[in-house]
Order: sequence, then C-alpha cells, then structure tokens
Amino acid sequence: MRTIGIMNRVLKELFRDKRTLALMFVAPILVMLLMSVIFNTNASTDVSVGTVSVSQKLNKEMGGIKHVTVKSYDTKQDAKKALNDEKVDAIIKKNGNNYSLTYANTDSTKTATVKLAFKNVLTATSISQLKSALKQSTKATVKLQAQLQALQKQQTAASAMTGSVTAAKQNAAKQATAAKAQSTNHATKSTSQSTPKITNHYVYGDKDTGYFAKMLPILMGFFVFFFVFLISGMALLKERTTGTLDRLLATPVKRSSIVFGYMLSYGVLAVIQTIVIVLTTVWLLGIEVVGSMASVVVINLILALVALAFGILLSTFANSEFQMMQFIPLVIIPQVFFSGIIPLDSMADWVKAISYIIPLKYSGEAVNDIIMRGTSIWNLGFDISILLIFLVGLTILNVIGLKRYRKV
Amino acid sequence: MGQAMIDLQHLAKKFGDQTVLKDINLTVNPGEIVGLIGPSGAGKSTVIKVALGMEVASGGSAKVFDTTMPNRELLGRIGYMAQTDALYDSLSGLENLKFFGLMKGIAKADMKKEVMHAAEVVDLTADLNKRVSGYSGGMMRRLSLAIALLGSPELLILDEPTVGIDPALRRQIWTELGRIRDEGRSILITTHVMDEAELVDRVALLLDGEVIAFDTPAVLKKQYAVATIEDVFLKAEGVES
Repeated sequence: MRTIGIMNRVLKELFRDKRTLALMFVAPILVMLLMSVIFNTNASTDVSVGTVSVSQKLNKEMGGIKHVTVKSYDTKQDAKKALNDEKVDAIIKKNGNNYSLTYANTDSTKTATVKLAFKNVLTATSISQLKSALKQSTKATVKLQAQLQALQKQQTAASAMTGSVTAAKQNAAKQATAAKAQSTNHATKSTSQSTPKITNHYVYGDKDTGYFAKMLPILMGFFVFFFVFLISGMALLKERTTGTLDRLLATPVKRSSIVFGYMLSYGVLAVIQTIVIVLTTVWLLGIEVVGSMASVVVINLILALVALAFGILLSTFANSEFQMMQFIPLVIIPQVFFSGIIPLDSMADWVKAISYIIPLKYSGEAVNDIIMRGTSIWNLGFDISILLIFLVGLTILNVIGLKRYRKV
Repeated sequence: MGQAMIDLQHLAKKFGDQTVLKDINLTVNPGEIVGLIGPSGAGKSTVIKVALGMEVASGGSAKVFDTTMPNRELLGRIGYMAQTDALYDSLSGLENLKFFGLMKGIAKADMKKEVMHAAEVVDLTADLNKRVSGYSGGMMRRLSLAIALLGSPELLILDEPTVGIDPALRRQIWTELGRIRDEGRSILITTHVMDEAELVDRVALLLDGEVIAFDTPAVLKKQYAVATIEDVFLKAEGVES
C-alpha cells in the first residue's frame, strides 16, 4: 500500500517536470535520428577501386556501375600504396582464376558497396562467358549433326554392295558419341572457370562491421540506462537534501517500500520510454526487428531497473547534483566502451574481464540477438539472469544502504 | 504521572571519535510540553534523531512509549517536524498532506477529516490546492507543521516549529499545542525563541552534550536568580549579561 503511494507520488512529480520528461523522450529520438541520417548518407558515397591484372572487360563493367570509379594499377605495390594513401577504397587483384579483394574498411558502407559491385560484375561476366560457351557447344553440336547425317548418307549408299555396313554404322555412332561428350566437357569446363574463388581482406575490422545496425540495440539500452540512472539518482538525492527522505523515514514506512516504490514508478517510465524508442527506430529509421518487440521492451525494462538501482545507490555517495553528474564519466562512459559497440574479441583478456561486470553488455547482447537474429526471449536466459542478479544485488544494497538514515 | 512518553537515561552518542551526547537524562510525561534549548551544536538534533530511531544510542537507554528505540512501528504514533521544511515542491499542499498521511498509516476513511483538521490548525485550508513551489516561506513552515499534526499522534517532536511564522499565527499554533497537551498528548519541542521557552511546562538546557538543567521555567529562573529564561540560558552558558 505504501509502496503504491510512493510510486504514485514519484510519478506525479515526474509528470509535472515537463522538461525532464521531454529530455527523456525527445533527446533519444533526436540523437538516433541524427545518427541514422549521418550514417546513412555514407551509403551513396562514391567509391574508387584499384585493380591489378584484371581483365579489360571486368574493369569496364566495374566502371559502368554508379558511384564506382576504377583505377588500374600495374603492380600490387602501387595499388597498396594508393590504398594506404586513401586514394582507393579497395583493391581487386586477379591471381590466375581467383580474385583477392582488399578493403580499407574504415567505412563499412564503402566496403559493402565495393563488395556488391564486384559480385554483380562477376555474375555479369560469368553469364556472358556462359553464353559464349553455350554458343560454342551449340555450334559443335550442329557441326556434329551435319557430320552424322553425311555419314549416314554414305552408309545408305554403300549398304547395298558391301558387308561392312555394320562396322561402319558402329564406327559412326562411336564418333558421334565422342563428339557429344567433347562438347559437354567443354561446356562444363567453361562453367567451372566462371566461378573463381574470392578471398576478402580487411585492413580494418572484419566482415561483421555493420555500424549503425550493430550500434542500435546498444544505443537503445544506453539511452534507457543513462536517463533512468541520472534522473532517479537526482530524485533520491533531492529527497535527501531537502529532508523529505528523513521525514519519510520518520513514518513507519519500510525501507524496502521506498526502494520498491521508486522501482515501480521508474519502471513505468522506462516501459514508456523503451516503447517510444523502439517505435521510433522501427518506423522512423526503418530498422528491421526480426524478433519480438515485446521482448526488446522487457529486456530494456530490466536494464532500466538495474540503472535505477545503480542510480539510487550512487546518489548516496553524492552530496549535490553536480557530484551526481560527475558519475557520468566514471560510470556511464565505460559502459559504452564495454557494451559491445567496439568488438570485445580484439581486446586484451584483462580488459575483456571488465566487460563482465557491465550490465549494458548483457542487455546489448540480448537485444542484438532479438533484433538481428530473432532469438526468442526464452533462449536468452543467461543474459537475463545476469541482469536480474545485478538488479537483486543492487536492490538489496539499496535497502541496506537506507539504514544510514534510519537504523531500523 | 504514569508512564513517560520519552525516557532517555544516561544517553550517550558518539560519531566516530566525536562525542556529541555525553549524559542525557530527559523524560517527557503524558500531557506535557518539554522545551529543549541550547546553543547550536549542543546536540539538540541528535537527541531528536535518537528519539526517532534514526540514530542508535552508543550508551544508556532511549525509550519511547516504554519501548527501546529504534522501532519502526512506533513511528506511526509520533508526529515529527524537522528544521527544514521537507516538502515536495511540485505537489500541492493537499497532495503533500495525503502522501504523508498514507505513509503514517492513516486509514483511507479518516484521511479527509485528518487532512482538513491539520490544515485548519495552521490556517492553510484556502491554499491547499496550490503547489508548494508557489508557497511563501511561512506557508511552507505551516504545511510542514500540519504534516506533523496528521493522525493526532500521541507524541509530537517538533524541531524549531515556529521559525518564519508571523506572531499572530504563532500564538494560534501555541494555543493548539496547549490544546494537544490538555488532551494528554505530549510534545518535545526545540526552540531558539526564548519567550516560547516560557510557555512550556519544563525546560531542558542542553550544553556540550549534557542536560545541565531540567525543570519548570519558574524554578529555573528562581534557581539562577534571573527574570527570564533567556537570562537563564545566558548564565548557564557562562556569558555575562
């Protein structure tokens, strides 16, 4: 009952603070909109490709594609130098029948553009090769048929007088079969030639570097975490500095009721915020969510509660709003680094170990799985239980922490 | 006189190495207003905090309603008003009263009556629907007092209740406090206003963590051979007047 009372009061206060409310809902949308615009304009950037010992035809085909310029280099060294000097964004080199592609990959959209262009060109050339091969084999077949007919004529002419008819017939049949086999062989050969092996090399990163798509789930979590952390921390700090916390604790209210009251109210806020952010990303930014949106909201709700508990806990170590702000570089910024925006695999082991205590890492992983792979929430038990452990642990700490202000 | 409402015996309180209260003996009986006066830093607020169970005594005993503090359930029977106003600015006066009423455990059926009564005592009925952020300093103080009066608690602990309240209203409040006493309820009050100290039944003089005098104002004045409680206070502090 008291918990509900506290929840109602906190919500009332929150919804009367229009500016803070606007910050919570408008700021994330604004930032995400901005980011998507900035990242998406890259998609139409022009790319230049350096080629080494590639056929004239392929060069021409590549150059014909929109936004792609081709520069031909004589040696691999020249091309490499151009790549390092940022004159070209990728190098295509032909080794025998195979192609080796090297991408600068500093901009994943450029890499994607080159990849797509090359694939298209390759398909186009292989189709034309296939066509010519088909033509050749058709010609050969026609020729063979003519030979066969001629042979048959000869045989009919000779059949009346000689007894070697059978032998000749057999001979002709053999010849025809051989010729047919030959032409088939030829066709198969040309087909196998037209699918060369392609090796991809990346100067920076790897093939998974798809920036905005990968950042989005983490960004969503980040906004939820950041705002709930800051606003709830500030709210409790204000209760403490104005003395309302003391007054509240001078009533028979349980310490846990205060913590749960805050959790419920901020939980409500987090649900609304997450829904707004998810809907914005899906409809406004056109991001595809493979899995269930409800699951995304659930994960973010748990994350928000962790942020809330974290904010309340840390607010006890701050004496003013400004001191609360000082936790941003200490607590919020490292979260971003370890959240998975930057691939963790490439980090040193001890650095990687830090990421295990970062709540944003788990929510980021889980939401990533839901949005990009459509994983069911029931298969994300690990991430969710870690988040819940954070939540329970921090909540217990908060209930105990309030003992500082009232001993019972 | 019956069972004491507040019974502090040889109470001591230390924060780390710092001794704030040395040896406090203080009783508040039913139907009595006890004034706690003393210079800043004498430990008045600490006495109140121990009585409310926000701090635990380092030595001696602190009993309220014959129960050793801290005790959460007992807090429902105590009305507390702190030195700071401690109000929610963005809520209206009525919302503040209702919220704290709920926290105190006032039944829903009695809520309206209790809230209206408390508001009437402090003369805030007309402004109840205004937000506290629009209140004057005096109005906030009155609302704060109204919150303490909610639920007609058997014991009121008031920390500087009349700071910033104009004389007419102050008199009205003291009349109400007198009425509360006559109902057999008790009040522990700290004050800086010395003429208020004349209005209480017994005065406790707190100096350096010790109660150096605890008696009725008349007896104290006689004992120190002075005309007012203010002079008693100054003399006790060792300041020549």
